Amino acid sequence: MKFQGKTYKFGDNVNTDEIIPARYLNTSDPQELAAHVMEDADPVFSGLVKPGDIVVAGRNFGCGSSREHAPLALKTAGIACIVAVSFARIFYRNAFNIGLPILECPDAASETQAGQEIAIDAGQGIITNLITGKTYQVAPIPPFMQELVELGGLMEYVKKNLAA
Amino acid sequence: MPQPMTISEKILARAAGKKYVAPGEMILARLDICLGNDITAPLAIKEFYAAGGKHVFDRKRVALVHDHFTPNKDIKSAQQTKLLREFAHEQKLKYYWDQGECGVEHVLLPEQGVVVPGDLIIGADSHTCTYGALGAFATGVGSTDLAAAMLTGQAWFRVPPCIKLIFRGKMPRDVTAKDLILLAIARLGVDGANYRVLEFAGPVISGLSMAGRFTMSNMAIEAGGKAGLVVPDAVTKQYSVGRAQRKPRYYVSDADAIYERVEEFDVSRLEPLVAKPHLPSNVEPVSRLKNIVLDQAVIGSCTNGRIEDLREAAKLLKGKRVSSRVRTIIFPATPTIWKQALKEGLMEIFTSAGCIISPPTCGPCLGGHMGVLAEGERAVATTNRNFVGRMGHTKSEVYLASPGVAAASAIKGRLAHPQEVRGSDWKKGVKK
Repeated sequence: MKFQGKTYKFGDNVNTDEIIPARYLNTSDPQELAAHVMEDADPVFSGLVKPGDIVVAGRNFGCGSSREHAPLALKTAGIACIVAVSFARIFYRNAFNIGLPILECPDAASETQAGQEIAIDAGQGIITNLITGKTYQVAPIPPFMQELVELGGLMEYVKKNLAA
Repeated sequence: MPQPMTISEKILARAAGKKYVAPGEMILARLDICLGNDITAPLAIKEFYAAGGKHVFDRKRVALVHDHFTPNKDIKSAQQTKLLREFAHEQKLKYYWDQGECGVEHVLLPEQGVVVPGDLIIGADSHTCTYGALGAFATGVGSTDLAAAMLTGQAWFRVPPCIKLIFRGKMPRDVTAKDLILLAIARLGVDGANYRVLEFAGPVISGLSMAGRFTMSNMAIEAGGKAGLVVPDAVTKQYSVGRAQRKPRYYVSDADAIYERVEEFDVSRLEPLVAKPHLPSNVEPVSRLKNIVLDQAVIGSCTNGRIEDLREAAKLLKGKRVSSRVRTIIFPATPTIWKQALKEGLMEIFTSAGCIISPPTCGPCLGGHMGVLAEGERAVATTNRNFVGRMGHTKSEVYLASPGVAAASAIKGRLAHPQEVRGSDWKKGVKK
């Protein structure tokens, strides 16, 4: 799993109400959700984000409600990976369950600025800031979670195991 | 010698078919109940069918509750509810309620005895942790977990370490379970219990009613907690008798169980607290916030929408009027509570005081409907979150507090201590 893209930077405790406000939760259509992604944290984000871009954030990213619409909106908007100091538990679980890889790396998350290009090798656990040249070692994604991402999410995993 | 375990570890071990589990261990566990609502279940139902699902694993263990945007607020939310309704009928789900019987999920399920002590429960809603008050392990997940659970009856978990919170002292007048949990969140921080489970203990917790315990467990997630449990006791058993639809299992934590850490709280000098915008951990005593002028007061929700909460508000509102500047919305959490409030004369008190009474819904809590805030407006709410834009406009503000503080504030038109509206004993009653 390798990604390279431009970064968008957010602070601490970005909650699911900011990622996808409840006023848009009367639908579960991923495209509609993506059109409003991060709206209450940064109203112009959804218009700027391009496929392959990477979100970098502070502590406790995705705290609050269990709405899977949050990682789904980010994934559908084209976000390839999220690097944060830490993630709220339900968001962490939901992201892997829908096949969106996310990494906890306090140093990389703190030092990376908005608009920089970073490269991520999730298999090797290496993040490289292509502007500063600095590399960061990340705790590897647990094998079970890697399998989820490789299969495309939990439902594919369940299907595979039901068939077996 | 058997290994010592906490109540959480015992429930997870039992559900995983193991004698013992330890923090950090990944397990696959059988679920007693899985739950979804009108926001999260539509995604889960789509995924259920996409994975080739035909029948849920057990029609008596899947609960669907439409409470967030109901009564349907617009065409799109009506479509979502319709999806739930059709799925529930097709699958012959035992635990599905329609309008008139339906209420706020986390109040409805315990009230109806659907969730019982000792259960392992997942719900596609973050406040699923409410059922921890029964001595059940209940945790919020997303729609995909719910879809997989409806298919297989199982979910994966990493066994969490446990933080024990011990509350001691004598609860002062006007201090409630809401203040205890706000105190704990203030100390732990909004991610202090991330990936961890909380266990509420001590004489103060033993003295709480089930309503108070539900309020505390409900907000475990506001400290990032995966679950928040109270070990069952006589209060739990009394609540469960004649109500539980399955046989409860009363687990207790072993005396030598291992906790990641233990935090102690002395509540004897505690004052009613308020969580200021925009984090539930941003807590201050109400007595220091009396200059905060309000536009709305909201009393209800899965945190404080039980009959005990309504009684607390009604005691202060009786014979008084809310400020003409404060829209005061009362939303009883279930039809049973609504009827009880009617029977006890609380509805008369509320309407005479100038309050609006809503049908059971989550609506206002999440800025969904039935009480959305405009730019620059401020609300005091007995709900659980005060994030940016939570109750409406991104430039609106939510102050979280107990029903007593919310009722007193509605009368005064600004944040107020309950003593202020009670009259003469106010000055001597409040200590600095």
